[in-house]
Amino acid sequence: MQILELLQKPWPWWVAGPLIGLTVPALLILGNKSFGISSSLRHMCAACIPANIPFFSYNWKKEIWNLFFVGGIFLGGIIAGFLLTNPEPIVVAPTLASDLAAYGITNYNHIVPADLFSWPALLTLRGFIMMVAGGFLVGFGTRYAGGCTSGHAIMGLSNLQWPSLIATISFMVGGFIMVNLILPYILSL
Amino acid sequence: MITNVNINNDLAPESTPFVDHTPEEILESEIRHQDSMCVNESDINEPLSANLKYGLVGIFFGIVFVKAEIVSWFRIQEMFRLESFHMYGVIGSAVVVGMISIFLIKRYNARSLGGEKIKIEEKKFNKGQIYGGLLFGLGWGITGACPGPLFAQIGTGASVIVVSLLSAVAGTWVYGKFRDKLPH
Repeated sequence: MQILELLQKPWPWWVAGPLIGLTVPALLILGNKSFGISSSLRHMCAACIPANIPFFSYNWKKEIWNLFFVGGIFLGGIIAGFLLTNPEPIVVAPTLASDLAAYGITNYNHIVPADLFSWPALLTLRGFIMMVAGGFLVGFGTRYAGGCTSGHAIMGLSNLQWPSLIATISFMVGGFIMVNLILPYILSL
Repeated sequence: MITNVNINNDLAPESTPFVDHTPEEILESEIRHQDSMCVNESDINEPLSANLKYGLVGIFFGIVFVKAEIVSWFRIQEMFRLESFHMYGVIGSAVVVGMISIFLIKRYNARSLGGEKIKIEEKKFNKGQIYGGLLFGLGWGITGACPGPLFAQIGTGASVIVVSLLSAVAGTWVYGKFRDKLPH
């Protein structure tokens, strides 16, 4: 039972980071596949709504491995969320907790904040911006950039690709601008 | 999966199988490789069931994602507010391990289980990496999720994130639709 308790606790970065890094050689050795996730969204477009757009007119079945991979991530989420559930609330930096409390965000029981991301919240302006507009930016931006944190920041940097370094810096700049300069206004809505 | 290994052994394991591509196949491959990081460099046609192994890697990956709280909105806020080292440690150590792995793969000309020489596509620079990167960064800061964590978050029971995921698919589609008109 001690092992289970250990697995239920949040894993430290020095365990998780190297394990994520090992995904890179695992996929290359298993089948010559370059690690990346955001392209799965493009394959979904190509499979379901190609609409004669040249960008989606390719044989998505050749990349079906990527859809199996993200399907696995979903199942992994179920296993971690339901079998290895952390019984304790998420511990965050005190400065973050006090700032969030001002916006009415006090529930730390879920990995996805229940005060912000829920079906009833979707009908509010704040929830709509955070879930619908935010999701749109993630899909549009990653494809425009040609990759996401996995494809550029992990796979690209691991392969010493300078365009990936530029992309990663842009991701970080965008995130800093949003969280520090724009998000406070969205959370106040 | 065992069947798959047998099939691959039938295909000259010593060298990359020579595959004659038709012009149509080359064009298709060029479209598929456009702005795609996770491309399939393999010429081996695997049966559908062989893809289950990538599903297994995904499951493992998803568990790590959730248990290290990388998929948590709170951790992403801490990262961009410079309140915690956690995310920097995760990404930094992942890159170091990935870098060493790719160095070793190239140094020893490692082959995949199918016997192919491992190929990794070089990334070409275009301005989309800046514009798109900034837009994705804005979305990352709001949703606290990149594409991978969206799938994992839904798995943990946050069913409403299906809406964010569908919106991300819509964003990808809109990019594809207006790709020619956007600065690159």
